[in-house]
Amino acid sequence: MRLAELLTATAAILLEDCRHVAVGARSPIPAGAALLARALSGGSMRVSLLGSLRDTMFANGGVELFDCAAQGRIDAFFLGGGEIDGQGNVNLLGTGGHPGKTVRWPGCFGSTYLYHHVPRVILFREEHDRRIFVPRVEFVSAAGPDGMDKTRRGGPSALLTGMALFSFNRERRRFSLASVHEGHGEKEVAAATGFDYDIPASVPTTPAPDTAIIDLLRGKVRDELRALYPRFTEKLEGCGNA
Amino acid sequence: MIPPDLAMLAARIPDGAKLVVPPDYSGVAVAATLALIARGVRALHLVCAPTSGLQADLLIGAGAVHTIETSAVSLGEFGAAPRFVEAVRAGALRVLDATCPAIHAGLQAAQKGLPFMPLTGLLESDLLTVRPDWRVIENPFPPHERLVALPAIRPDVALFHAPLADRHGNVWIGRRRELVTMAQASRHTFVTVEAIGEDDLLANERTAAGTISSLYVDAIAPVPNGAWPIGLWDHSPPDTQALSNYASAARTADGFTRILADWSRRGTAT
Repeated sequence: MRLAELLTATAAILLEDCRHVAVGARSPIPAGAALLARALSGGSMRVSLLGSLRDTMFANGGVELFDCAAQGRIDAFFLGGGEIDGQGNVNLLGTGGHPGKTVRWPGCFGSTYLYHHVPRVILFREEHDRRIFVPRVEFVSAAGPDGMDKTRRGGPSALLTGMALFSFNRERRRFSLASVHEGHGEKEVAAATGFDYDIPASVPTTPAPDTAIIDLLRGKVRDELRALYPRFTEKLEGCGNA
Repeated sequence: MIPPDLAMLAARIPDGAKLVVPPDYSGVAVAATLALIARGVRALHLVCAPTSGLQADLLIGAGAVHTIETSAVSLGEFGAAPRFVEAVRAGALRVLDATCPAIHAGLQAAQKGLPFMPLTGLLESDLLTVRPDWRVIENPFPPHERLVALPAIRPDVALFHAPLADRHGNVWIGRRRELVTMAQASRHTFVTVEAIGEDDLLANERTAAGTISSLYVDAIAPVPNGAWPIGLWDHSPPDTQALSNYASAARTADGFTRILADWSRRGTAT
């Protein structure tokens, strides 16, 4: 089994019981996770992949994703980040002062708004190092939730990386280590993470997907993903199924 | 060579214009953009509705942009937009950073003839510190929560590419409704299209709902392949080789100049 498959399957579990999941552009693993979760729901889960003409519920232009989110019609969304801190703040803009003289990333996209409105935002970044996971982001594109603010629906529910899975506790405004992927250890995660987080007494290994899930991933999900991510699926196939 | 239709269209977009363009997944008028660069356009205020990629990078690299108002500039799977990143690093570009729904809201305000549009959900972001033109207001109705008022964005010109127009000047945009908002919010709308058909798009209920009426359209130029190398919905896929070449060539100013010259010579001949 490959890391991409473990991450896709792990993210799909986080989407359980969602009615409508939206995935942004340039996100093959989150898109795969949404398609897998839809397959596991027997097709009842709705999925909108940005950039797809087929796997989308939207027919009202680019604004519909945001209108939908503000109305509570989107249950989950994925968000990456150039910097992510321990309070769940996300920087997609850059460093070195505005507009990003040291490092300039593309910009905030819709993160500001979606993070506020979508209840289950899964932070996803495959790389895991202290350059990304910092004590405090330099620019807040999307703000972590204030535990006291009961009017805000949206915010992070989990952080998934190539090394580990964290859950987010809104009241404590802190991440907690939920599981570590096979081949990695708690100390390695700590060394690569620049912010403090809670560590339960016992941290399990991230469960590997069973054969039924692997079959779905290599069959139905890959076929559906190919239309939007031909290069990604080609790479998966090119590496074989070992 | 720049086709005469496109040169005429480019001549109608003045220096200093506030120009609104759609994101890469919508309908990007790349051939018209090359014509605009060929005519030496300067000091544009480029509004990306709500993001841009190659088109913004081309205009920035050509020195045509003074201000960019956008939620992001990226070449998507081909990586960072190199001329944009370089211009930001050099301090040569005024960047009005936004988030997608805020740009949609600004254009929707203009579309409705309103001075502003309020949005929830923006208060905690540092965007408010870099956008002093965004104002915090109170909902006049209970529960009187704080909202952010986004000033109307009223562009001088909307420019995009679509598959089909008709002889009456109507343009079919399908489900790409952001193009409707752009056209209705702007003083002038210029469109390049793959083809101009015989049938009146508004006479048929099946096409009418996905059509921008000629009321909002100032000029149409037929430009087959006018979005190249960006794709156009299910009509044409992106030319991934050309985009990949651009992403590496445009890392240097010289490489950018070379590829811009290549593409301008290529025109729309293919």
